[in-house]
Amino acid sequence: MVKKIDSILIKYRYQSSNIIQILQDVQAAYNYLPREALRYISQRLKIPLSKIYSIATFFSAFSLNPRGKHLITVCMGTACHVRGAAIILNEFERRLDIKPGKTTNDMNYSLETVNCLGCCAIGPIVVFDGKYMGEFKLKDVSRVLERQA
Amino acid sequence: MKPSLIISAGTCGLARGADEIIKAAKDYQQKRGLKKAFNIKVTGCHGLCQAEPNVLIVLNGKKIFYQQLKPENVADIIEKTLRKGKIIDDFLWFDSKTQRRYVDIDEIPFYKKQNRILLGNNLCIEPKFIDDYVKIGGYSAIKKVINDYTPIDVINIIKGAGLRGRGGAGFPTGRKWELCREEKTNTRYIICNADEGDPGAYMDRSLLEGNPHSVIEGMIIGGYAIDATEGIIYVRNEYPLAVKNVGIALEQAHKKGFLGKSILNSKFTFDIRIVRGAGAFVCGEETALLASVEGKAGRPRPRPPYPAEKGLWSKPTNINNVETWANVPQIILKGPEWFFSIGTKTSKGTKIFSVVGKINNTGLVEVPMGITLKEIIYDIGGGIPGGKKFKAVQTGGPSGGCIPEDLIDLPIDYESLTEAGSMMGSGGMIVMDEDTCMVDVARYFLNFTQQESCGKCPSCRLGTKQMVEILDRITEGEGREGDIELLEEVGKNVKLSSLCGLGQTAPNPALTTIRYFKNEYEAHIQKKQCPARVCKTLTSYVIDPDLCGGCTVCAKNCPSNAIIGEPKKVHTVDQSKCIKCGICITVCPDKFRAVKKMSPVVR
Repeated sequence: MVKKIDSILIKYRYQSSNIIQILQDVQAAYNYLPREALRYISQRLKIPLSKIYSIATFFSAFSLNPRGKHLITVCMGTACHVRGAAIILNEFERRLDIKPGKTTNDMNYSLETVNCLGCCAIGPIVVFDGKYMGEFKLKDVSRVLERQA
Repeated sequence: MKPSLIISAGTCGLARGADEIIKAAKDYQQKRGLKKAFNIKVTGCHGLCQAEPNVLIVLNGKKIFYQQLKPENVADIIEKTLRKGKIIDDFLWFDSKTQRRYVDIDEIPFYKKQNRILLGNNLCIEPKFIDDYVKIGGYSAIKKVINDYTPIDVINIIKGAGLRGRGGAGFPTGRKWELCREEKTNTRYIICNADEGDPGAYMDRSLLEGNPHSVIEGMIIGGYAIDATEGIIYVRNEYPLAVKNVGIALEQAHKKGFLGKSILNSKFTFDIRIVRGAGAFVCGEETALLASVEGKAGRPRPRPPYPAEKGLWSKPTNINNVETWANVPQIILKGPEWFFSIGTKTSKGTKIFSVVGKINNTGLVEVPMGITLKEIIYDIGGGIPGGKKFKAVQTGGPSGGCIPEDLIDLPIDYESLTEAGSMMGSGGMIVMDEDTCMVDVARYFLNFTQQESCGKCPSCRLGTKQMVEILDRITEGEGREGDIELLEEVGKNVKLSSLCGLGQTAPNPALTTIRYFKNEYEAHIQKKQCPARVCKTLTSYVIDPDLCGGCTVCAKNCPSNAIIGEPKKVHTVDQSKCIKCGICITVCPDKFRAVKKMSPVVR
């Protein structure tokens, strides 16, 4: 891990002002922010761990917990909302038995929401492992989950 | 000129399968050896999102618009249209208002009434290639500025044009630059605010994806005018394609000498880097944005001092929005008089709106200021789908408000929208029909701002929380007498006593819906009824015995076994078991359509 984190720190020239960008790259590499990684960054950049924690919890893009094999993101933007995004989110919650921001016990799925992806024309939108699916219908929920199972 | 196949490939186009169209077209061209016969261009979005994936075929001076395509259509398009000039009717745009098909893109009503100064270039630019931008006059504005104008001249040109900030507040851009320049210092910064957080607004994404150089050139001109050496584009991480295209564009601008040391062999040095946001809405507020760039949690601070005096690292900083920057090169090239002649008395130029929600022609619309809401919704937007009735349009995102039908002739500019209780904001326009519950909309936005409140000011942190609680109970049928007045009172106090724009505007969605749709609030509170049948607790699902065909599909799909009935016999919903997930409505075959929503609830 140290090697990987070091390469990220080098990219940002060990500048503590780049902490948000550094955390983004760490998250991209591990899918979440591992505790040991934050400790290491704190030592190397001489930023108190509490400050890193404050940033990691302030910005909603960061996760302190490992995320599942598959990431399901439901867009909750206004256009998606008026087209029924809440019903779709409810259905994912019911089927996976988790709340948004959580991961299933078998570590298969994480469910998240996003404020807006800016694809409002084709809402409601669900992003499954990076693939955008527009005009998502309630019955697509089982289609998506069953295909992966 | 060689015919071209121009494929719209912004994020929404790609989500709808533009990538497959691109692949199919390139494969076909390769296999048949047609490289010399026509060009393929992969551009940013063409604006008419409803029609994605779409292509534009430029052939003998004609601009043929084909829409909602599938990869298997590509061979036909190439053989019939590109090679033989034959129009394929099935792929043409059908306008729901005029009830006819259109061949030429400029004839389509959606495009005809627009003035696409900024977005129009998306059609002729492949964002990956700087030469495409240069070919249409790109980077000649910065050449003109460096050769002919002093920084003060540039500021005066922007002032003379009457350009105002497109991020929402509408501060005069030239004046902002002037204030920043007047500060005595050696270091100044330029920032492009691309933290487009308003849900329902995506014009900045489209510009950055489709025409990143126009924004970059604007920033370089701004840097020259205020004597800055460093620029930052602060962009949402939720926009991966925009981040990628801007990155490529910056690299190319560097190689061509438009960025870096001694730009165009002058003494002017300027560079731009990208900083990605991390999913905090409040970072669209300029002081929060600055904190985030400095590597801190994005919490706003009091102004004054304004960023023009004390901005990034306490140095004078000029922050403008993406769309504002994109206007700058055009004003330089075409002159301030040209820009000043477009729009209304107080609001000049064009504004891009994202017209979304319950509307036929969803898309990005660039119109001169002063156009009426009616023209946007009906002439350009093609009206409301499914014969439903228009109810309201929400502008200005979570800071804005809902404008009802009787104000539909309102000419749109900064002042008129504020007067109506809403605001220009970044230009999101969410159209709502009779099936939209206005109390639910208010709850949605308040819930949004409550979650995004950074927590610094108690009035915002606690006030929005209180408002959400009241709205929650109203939508859940627990509303009390006096709740409407209480919402108004709390709302006014949150507005008055919060530090930044988020708190100062957060109550607007509730206040405007109370102002224009009080009867809906009253129905929820007094009759326990949601007139639009949206609020779950106040709505029941029932099966119309006259329409039910007894096909058992609903019963089979019901997750809570709440539907009772034998094959070929009328089914009923056991309300005590129903969890109101709505699956029965979606699975009931079109030939029956027997499941209905009712409010108040059926016992």
